[in-house]
Amino acid sequence: MADHSLTPENMPQHPEKATLEGKNKFLGLWFFLGGETVLFASLFGTYLALKNSTAGGPSSQELFGLELVFLMTMLLLTSSLTSVYAMYHMKNNNFKKMMLWLGITGLLGVGFLGCEIYEFYHYIHSFEFTFRSSAFGSAFYTLVGFHGGHVLFGLCWLSALMIRNAKRGLNLYNAPKFNTFSLYWHFIDVVWVFIFTVVYLMGKVG
Amino acid sequence: MSTAIAQKRSFAAVLWDYLTTVDHKKIGKLYLYGGGFFFLLGGIEAMIIRIQLIKPENDFISAGLYNEMITMHGTTMIFFAAMPLLLGLMNAVMPLQIGARDVAFPFVNALGFWLFLFGGIMLNVSWLTGAPDAGWTGYAPLSTLSPGHGVDYYVLGLQISGAGTLMGGINFLVTIVNMRAPGMTFMRMPLFSWTTFVASVLILFAFPALTVGLFLMMFDRMFGSAFFDVALGGNSIIWQHLFWIFGHPEVYILILPAFGIFSEIFATFSKKRLFGYTAMVFATILIAFLGFMVWAHHMFTVGMGPVANSIFAVATMAIAVPTGIKIFNWLLTLWGGNITINSAMLWSLAFIPSFTIGGMTGVMVATSVADYQYHDTYFVIAHFHYVIVGGTVFGILAALHYWWPLMFNRILNEKLGKLAFWTFFIGFHLTFFIQHFLGLMGMPRRYWVFLKNQELDLGNLISSIGAFFMAFGVIVFVINAIYSGIKGKPAPHDPWDARTLEWAVATPVPHYNFKQLPLVRGLDPLWIEKTEGNGKLTPAEPIGDIHMPNGSILPFIMSVGFFIAGLGFIYHMDNNLAYILLFGGMALALVCMLIRSLKDDHGYHIHKEELEREAD
Repeated sequence: MADHSLTPENMPQHPEKATLEGKNKFLGLWFFLGGETVLFASLFGTYLALKNSTAGGPSSQELFGLELVFLMTMLLLTSSLTSVYAMYHMKNNNFKKMMLWLGITGLLGVGFLGCEIYEFYHYIHSFEFTFRSSAFGSAFYTLVGFHGGHVLFGLCWLSALMIRNAKRGLNLYNAPKFNTFSLYWHFIDVVWVFIFTVVYLMGKVG
Repeated sequence: MSTAIAQKRSFAAVLWDYLTTVDHKKIGKLYLYGGGFFFLLGGIEAMIIRIQLIKPENDFISAGLYNEMITMHGTTMIFFAAMPLLLGLMNAVMPLQIGARDVAFPFVNALGFWLFLFGGIMLNVSWLTGAPDAGWTGYAPLSTLSPGHGVDYYVLGLQISGAGTLMGGINFLVTIVNMRAPGMTFMRMPLFSWTTFVASVLILFAFPALTVGLFLMMFDRMFGSAFFDVALGGNSIIWQHLFWIFGHPEVYILILPAFGIFSEIFATFSKKRLFGYTAMVFATILIAFLGFMVWAHHMFTVGMGPVANSIFAVATMAIAVPTGIKIFNWLLTLWGGNITINSAMLWSLAFIPSFTIGGMTGVMVATSVADYQYHDTYFVIAHFHYVIVGGTVFGILAALHYWWPLMFNRILNEKLGKLAFWTFFIGFHLTFFIQHFLGLMGMPRRYWVFLKNQELDLGNLISSIGAFFMAFGVIVFVINAIYSGIKGKPAPHDPWDARTLEWAVATPVPHYNFKQLPLVRGLDPLWIEKTEGNGKLTPAEPIGDIHMPNGSILPFIMSVGFFIAGLGFIYHMDNNLAYILLFGGMALALVCMLIRSLKDDHGYHIHKEELEREAD
């Protein structure tokens, strides 16, 4: 049955896609990410249209510091790599190592989110640059905030998954769940690469 | 066996069954009931508009109420009538057509329905305190500056139901890719399943743009952001772009499934294979593809410049080519066929000239230079009612006649069906044909009154009389539906001598659909078996245990949670107590999600022995 722990004898090649439910979850998440792409594309378009509309407030050149953003990028990129390790161990039926790497993924995500909260706090208190101060402010906090919200949601999702399955090992019912989380996490990472480029690098140079 | 039990169940048991159902056939019916209800509401709003315009300088309703009426009519008809009715038909028919036992995500399917319903309720609750009045397109800054909470209800209602529609789209896509019966290749799929697939792709890639647009408007109205506020550097054209990047694919979401419906009906009642099946499939895909690159033809007069206008004009006219291919394929399907004329066929035949007129005026308004004359006049009103009523509404009514035996195990009365058709059809052309000329004579859309002696009097009178004919037709159809439910006899198996797989299942359709998944040997699988003398499909598997999903009340409670949170968002600006609603509603929805995530749901099995006991 689907909820029995996997053993080396009954371990399929791809436990995450061994059942119809698993295949459906896998494909469904890919389609979901397609929709998310349009969501973020719309937010990027809005941001690009409004990024110079500072209404007399601070501009992107004055605000952004690349040191913090570099640290955030490293944290999130690394967390994507660690989630790959986790999936590698899942496919080898090494539940403990999978959980270890997922835990590290989560911690890196928390680190990223902490930096982002500090960044927003810094802008608001040192520059009085808020969501309401200009169209640029609205667009910036909405785009970056939507991404941060996705990270937060991913962390809640990961915690729920890890706590729920902590004591029961890998099976064909939960393997697709871990796998879809990892796909989602990669997507969040890809979006950040675009934010790093379009918002921060182009904001500093462009 | 199952019918005997169904008759004995109490009302509460039936209600609980529908609140918790994850069966695609029941969800399809729920969509029809919900969509039908909102269709009647939108119809009443339309009648009030036409009564107001029946004579010059009428004062049937006030100017403010008129603005609310047109906004609610458009929003209700597009989002809460046409779309759910189509989603209902897709739910009821598509899994059977491709030989699946259910959809890929039955739980998500139920959630999609309940979100749609509560989104629709949210929008209509606004009547109590003042409905949205910025037009169904909600252009900024008219919408951002609209006083009261009307537009807030519009934003939250569409956001909630839009999330449900998006889930429905993903669900159908995965179902079609992963769950087709053995032998049901993509190029053997019936056209209705194909158009469901392509419309779902459109939903997936179009709705997130609306989601973002609605978020931006919500932030501007409720949290003081400045996206559309020019004083702080905002740009109100962004709303128009986001709305139409969603809005133009949306009209293909509405029309492509109707194209699929007509393709099924023409083939069945001409006793012929659909002419040009392959061309039909590729025309569908091409329309969808082009549909994403024409949104700015709604904005020709905004001032995008001649280059942008020309590109969008040419792209728009290009869509006439695949659409024309479809029209000729339907005509050639009829050509030389053994044609049966009944209500379903009447609606389909009436669609061809009606929709073609709409397509012709579509090319006219696509001509960007001429559009400066047509823009925001009754010419545009006439154009889009010809395609949406003449295409989508005719399609839905044809489909209801055609698939009623499958969904409700009854055949609709033909006499009443024909009466409804002829009154509605005549009324439709009376109402909207004259509006082309009213528009060319300069009558602008969305105006509360018109002055007398401007040669607009007679045209508006004719148009309003036509609307009464349409209303009569709709009432006759509703009576027909109720009458057949009470008085009708159970429908025979495969009453239309049809061609596709949905007519191969037992009558009435068992909740597991197919006892044994069928082996599909070509396009029109049932027809192939009939012509070879088998009469039914060869099973692709021995009788075995069937895996079924468990019902759940969580989708309902989750949607209630979002509904309550929506009210909280709307009223948090007036009263701090509304934060209780906001956080309480969100907490309710999130707890439901958490329960769904943490509690294993393996479904159950119908055992082989049980299936064998049920005689065919």
